[in-house]
Amino acid sequence: MSEEQIKNLEQQFEARIARDEKIEPKDWMPEKYRKTHIRQISQHAHSEIVGMLPEGNWITRAPSLRRKVALLAKVQDEAGHGLYLYSACETLGVSRNELYEQLHTGKAKYSSIFNYPTITWADMGAIGWLVDGAAIINQVPLCSTSYGPYARAMIRVCKEESFHQRQGFEIMMKLANGTPEQKELAQDALNRWWWPSLMMLGPTDAESVHTEQSMKWKLKRKSNDDLRQQFIDQTVPQADLIGLTIPDPNLKWNEERGSYDFGEINWDEFWQVVKGHGPCNKERIDARVNAWNNGEWVRDAAVAYADKKATKKQRQAV
Amino acid sequence: MKENLYNYILGIADNSLILGQRMGELTGHGPSLEIDIACTNISLDLFGQVRSYYQYAAKIAGDGRTEDDIAMLRKERDYLNVLLVEQPNTDFAYTIARQYLFDVYHAMFLTALQSSHDITLSAIATKSIKEVSYHQRFSSDWIKRLGDGTNESKLKIQNAVNTLWTYTDELFHQTEADKAMVTEHIGVDVTQLKKAYYQKVTSLLTEAALEVPKLKWFQKGGKSGIHTEHLGYLLSDLQYMQRTYPNMEW
Ligand SMILES: [Fe+2]
Ligand SMILES: [Fe+2]
Ligand SMILES: [Fe+2]
Repeated sequence: MSEEQIKNLEQQFEARIARDEKIEPKDWMPEKYRKTHIRQISQHAHSEIVGMLPEGNWITRAPSLRRKVALLAKVQDEAGHGLYLYSACETLGVSRNELYEQLHTGKAKYSSIFNYPTITWADMGAIGWLVDGAAIINQVPLCSTSYGPYARAMIRVCKEESFHQRQGFEIMMKLANGTPEQKELAQDALNRWWWPSLMMLGPTDAESVHTEQSMKWKLKRKSNDDLRQQFIDQTVPQADLIGLTIPDPNLKWNEERGSYDFGEINWDEFWQVVKGHGPCNKERIDARVNAWNNGEWVRDAAVAYADKKATKKQRQAV
Repeated sequence: MKENLYNYILGIADNSLILGQRMGELTGHGPSLEIDIACTNISLDLFGQVRSYYQYAAKIAGDGRTEDDIAMLRKERDYLNVLLVEQPNTDFAYTIARQYLFDVYHAMFLTALQSSHDITLSAIATKSIKEVSYHQRFSSDWIKRLGDGTNESKLKIQNAVNTLWTYTDELFHQTEADKAMVTEHIGVDVTQLKKAYYQKVTSLLTEAALEVPKLKWFQKGGKSGIHTEHLGYLLSDLQYMQRTYPNMEW
């Protein structure tokens, strides 16, 4: 193809997106579009499955049978999200094994929030309420993103995430309205998860790369700072409602802006965790790598068994 | 209170509780995402059943105890599950062998329990049997894949079956509560299930190119609360919150 032809195709492609048409796997797409989508969707898929670990940590210790069932179901949903997202990513011509390889070697990123430890039961409430809550704010706009398989996966995912968010809030509410000891658990969890949740919405706009292109492709519709403000404005009244205090002395309603002003985010901590030096980065990757390595013989057996079956069938057919 | 019925229900429910707990340990650590989801699903099904049983048991006890008190606040000697279900997830072969050896029994047991004269138990059995048939399909498929997969998988699953075989006989032991409930047409006579169980297991192991262990010595004790050393650790996790923060609602 000549350079001009490619340019032409690119123009048509961008025009389709501008018209809100969906791009499907068999459609022509610029290489950069493909690569950017592989990166973002796989990063999202990895976040879902790494995200299973901090919550999976409390399955055996959930305080009641009802909570245990709900937690199991939630973590299972996250595995399901991982599955749809890996499948969406595979439509772009990359295999799930390659994507795992990138995760295991540290080449691919996942949401940094999952590098914080879950040390009390209240963390299950805080994660559902804040982390799933921030995820929804990030993800709802993606339900109308330009790449069809991603958009469709996000519609399913978002429905479940809002359920998780309500469930998490309900855990927190129960604790906040419980005994003083329970209330302390809830407040402590909020103290520990608040700032990392704000960081989850991404670096501040001044430091954020590839936003413009992403806006064009509808991978991003609002800036990180706008999303963060939306999250804060939505969450503060919820904390008030259950009598918990947001751990930010500078948090204040700004009548003029119709939004909350808030304190300085510790970006050094953010970059430290992103670069691999958070409290649980090593544990999380080790857990994924171990699961994968320990499972190798199982996956090999399944392949060998299927091959034998297929050969047998072929022989019978002859 | 109807002591025999209460104990009878615990005998059934504790199996699902302890096995559900074991399966829940694997969530997030499975050999593949699909297997992870399936194991979590089995755990979910079992805990769902557990809740129905304990809610019923709590009603019978009628002393203000809840499903959670029964599940999480008994002493180690008061858990009545069979030894098989408390065995650890040594590797995926152990998980599958344990699941399969229990599923075959569980499906037969629930099929029989459907005709219990106790309508609550019969209803729980009818609801659970669908789930357990799925568990059995999952575990049998994996027995076949591992048995007839690679040399390594064959060795591993054979080893797991050999180790766990010693716990199968206990499934067919009758407790006092069992006997009383059989007389009242509420309970299942597990001794009647034994022959069909070993036939079914033998036929699948053979199909999976595995050997059927020729063991003569069996372990028992779970049904009377004498467990293996593994159970205490499992209970430490299960009971942690209820013990650390007593008398609270979650
Ligand atoms: Fe998710
Ligand atoms: Fe997500
Ligand atoms: Fe979620």
